[in-house]
Amino acid sequence: MWTDRLQFFEIMFKKTLQVFAVLVCVLLGGIFLTLLVKSLPAIVSQGIRFVTGKEWDPVMGNFGAIPFVEGTLITSFVALLISIPFSLSIAIFLGEYFKQTWFSSVIKSIVELLAGIPSVVYGFFGLFVLVPFVRSLETPLGITPYGVGIFSAALILALMIVPYSASMSREVIALVPSDLKEAAYSLGATRYEVLRYIILPYASSGIFAGTLLALGRAMGETMAVTMVIGNSNLIPESLFGPGNTMASVIANEFTEATDKVHLASLIELGLYLFVITVVINSVGRYIISKFTIETQTQ
Amino acid sequence: MNQEILKIQNLNVYIGDTHIVKDISMGFLRKNITAVMGPSGCGKTTLIRCINRMHELIPTAKVTGEITLYGRDLYAFNPIYVRRKIGMVFQRPNPFPTMSIYDNVLAGYQLNGVSLTRQEKDHIVQDALKKAALWEEVKDNLHRKGTFLSGGQQQRLCIARALAMKPKILLMDEPTSALDPKATSHIEELLIELKKSVTIVIVTHNIAQASRISDSTAFLYMGELVEYESTKKMFTVPKDKRTEEYLIGKFG
Amino acid sequence: MIKTNMPLRMVKDKASQGLVFLFSVLLAIPLMVILFYVVKNGLGVMSWTFLTHLPKPVGESGGGISNAIVGTLILVGLASLVSIPMGIFTGIYLSEYGNTKTAKYVRLCVEVLQGIPSIVIGIVAYVWVVVTLGHFSAISGGVALGMMMLPVITLSTEETIKLIPKTLKEASLALGVPYYRTMLSVILPTGLNGILTGALLGISRVAGETAPLLFTAFGSPFMNANITKPIQSLPLLIFNYSTSPYEEWQKLGWGASFLLISMIFCLSLITKGVTRKR
Ligand SMILES: Nc1ncnc2c1ncn2[C@@H]1O[C@H](COP(=O)(O)OP(=O)(O)OP(=O)(O)O)[C@@H](O)[C@H]1O
Ligand SMILES: [Mg+2]
Repeated sequence: MWTDRLQFFEIMFKKTLQVFAVLVCVLLGGIFLTLLVKSLPAIVSQGIRFVTGKEWDPVMGNFGAIPFVEGTLITSFVALLISIPFSLSIAIFLGEYFKQTWFSSVIKSIVELLAGIPSVVYGFFGLFVLVPFVRSLETPLGITPYGVGIFSAALILALMIVPYSASMSREVIALVPSDLKEAAYSLGATRYEVLRYIILPYASSGIFAGTLLALGRAMGETMAVTMVIGNSNLIPESLFGPGNTMASVIANEFTEATDKVHLASLIELGLYLFVITVVINSVGRYIISKFTIETQTQ
Repeated sequence: MNQEILKIQNLNVYIGDTHIVKDISMGFLRKNITAVMGPSGCGKTTLIRCINRMHELIPTAKVTGEITLYGRDLYAFNPIYVRRKIGMVFQRPNPFPTMSIYDNVLAGYQLNGVSLTRQEKDHIVQDALKKAALWEEVKDNLHRKGTFLSGGQQQRLCIARALAMKPKILLMDEPTSALDPKATSHIEELLIELKKSVTIVIVTHNIAQASRISDSTAFLYMGELVEYESTKKMFTVPKDKRTEEYLIGKFG
Repeated sequence: MIKTNMPLRMVKDKASQGLVFLFSVLLAIPLMVILFYVVKNGLGVMSWTFLTHLPKPVGESGGGISNAIVGTLILVGLASLVSIPMGIFTGIYLSEYGNTKTAKYVRLCVEVLQGIPSIVIGIVAYVWVVVTLGHFSAISGGVALGMMMLPVITLSTEETIKLIPKTLKEASLALGVPYYRTMLSVILPTGLNGILTGALLGISRVAGETAPLLFTAFGSPFMNANITKPIQSLPLLIFNYSTSPYEEWQKLGWGASFLLISMIFCLSLITKGVTRKR
């Protein structure tokens, strides 16, 4: 009967939806397993030395990841520090102080344009404009004038994550209930006081989560960093010295890694990057969803 | 001649663990308008949604009891078949925003994959729109989007969309509560005209409306059917105290 | 009257406002500088030859980047082919079953997928496709980019469908239209603009990606339409040329940067146009 055929289509459609949804989870699991299995040779041959070793020497078969872990942590935290005043200002600018004025649409466009520039173009610009500029600053300061290095990478990285963390913080600030703000204003508070004592404390967990997610981004960013960080496999000697991040060393050495353990070591770096970003994203998203639910039930 | 087209027997509805509709039994007479009244939250919407099985959209809803159409168990059919025989008009007008007026009227056919000739289509559209008393107002704009119409016109378009499927029964859930008085009276006149060809069940909060258009009235209170009578009788000599209190406006 | 230090409060108020203003406006400077250099160095390179010819060997001047333009289009097309339908279906699932436990896990997976660094996606596409085929290929690059597009499309489809009034779905079901047809013929067309926006966002996210292509699509100096062979793309070309020692290539790199940025900005303008029409 025609209704039987319909029933069949109905069930097929619902099953298709479910299959696709489950497929996404399988994809994520598959990514993890792939990274794990393919890094086994390195895990077996290097063992704990991989995470404690300070030497990365493919010729001698020594793979210690400390230089890259340090490189990743320093670049991304410095970048985060530089970016916070900018991203927070923009979030407040767009979400509170100059909400829906023509000026805020200009700022919004600037942020969108920055977000639209591809990583490789940031790197290109960094290599040809920023690096010579940093070098010219380093000479009078008495620092070895590499130009390329951790600091240049952090500068570019900061610029790249500002749009992301600004938009995250703005969404959170926009969720602060307006009756709270109005209550404070009606008590005679100034804008600064409302911001300082109402908005920021209220939104703090959400802003923290947004910053965490931005950190996750910064740690995984590859191209721009690779192009300006100097690609040295030693522990960075200073903030201005050359180095490498976990992501940038993968980009540099992956196609040249003919040795099995070398390739597996690079994949193991990828595995750690994966695990770190999964944790950061899960925690960040969890905080944000909790924050959103709280504001909605009030 | 006045046979019961639709019969509900010992109907109970649970959503999750809450007992919403409590052991209701009632019959609906052919080509009559039956009004369902009662205070907010008493289960009117839930009751009429069981009739075209829309309650099945709520995963936690459970129904016991029996509903029969022409003496045959509604729940033995495919819900899709039931819904084609029993049309529904909602509280807020909801024409399909991507479709023209013409396509909106034909939506039931086109979305169900029924192929029609141009003539058949024109005929169905004209017939349904005339029955819904909308034809004169839109006949020159049939291929414009239905969302440009006024609220009352949109609601009549939704009635036309339901009528186009030639349903035996038309369920209406507060169809005029989102409309102004003029559009409301327009639709009331339309309903009286419509009952020549279709059986109507209408949920309404408007006591005057029920008295103006309905033949019989059911009064629900906290999920129970308190009183079910001919409208004339109920409005002059209500049997139950709660009905009387409701009619003189003691509950909101 | 309670005494407060009104002048100090006002100064603090003005100062905070000034700081917020200053930092926001300051961000325009790096943007201007970047755009200035890209336009200054890139605009002069633009020509018909640049757009339609293949690159010349080192030492010869002139030549173009047509292979990279075609390659980028092919890679983005391959990525869209799988990720758009899959993203739409997953998005429908999330919006329809959003409150179930499974759906919450699925949404978390999608969000986590969105946060995975592109270089890691590159590794995975390498293992899955390049190792299997035995060589670099356009298809492996498409797989990598597709994985990056998928979450964007999924989440924007979910958002879009959630915003469509429930009564529309009910109206269709009440006409006896089956559920699958209701979703495909009523709900999807109603949300078309939002879904299109998501697809365009996804495309502009991956069009400029380099890292996942380094060891998948790999790059190639030739014109190639065979998806099992390595293929050039604009971002890859920019990377290779900008880090090369040849001034001629660096020039082409600026030209390619100008072209890529223009393409991405145009895409976002189109996206805005689509969004506004909603
Ligand atoms: N989807 C649902 N999930 C849980 N409870 C529901 C759901 N729909 C309705 N209910 C509950 O069922 C009861 C009856 O609801 P119903 O909508 O049938 O009332 P009503 O008589 O139509 O009210 P109104 O006049 O306000 O439209 C209410 O207490 C309501 O909270
Ligand atoms: Mg109701």
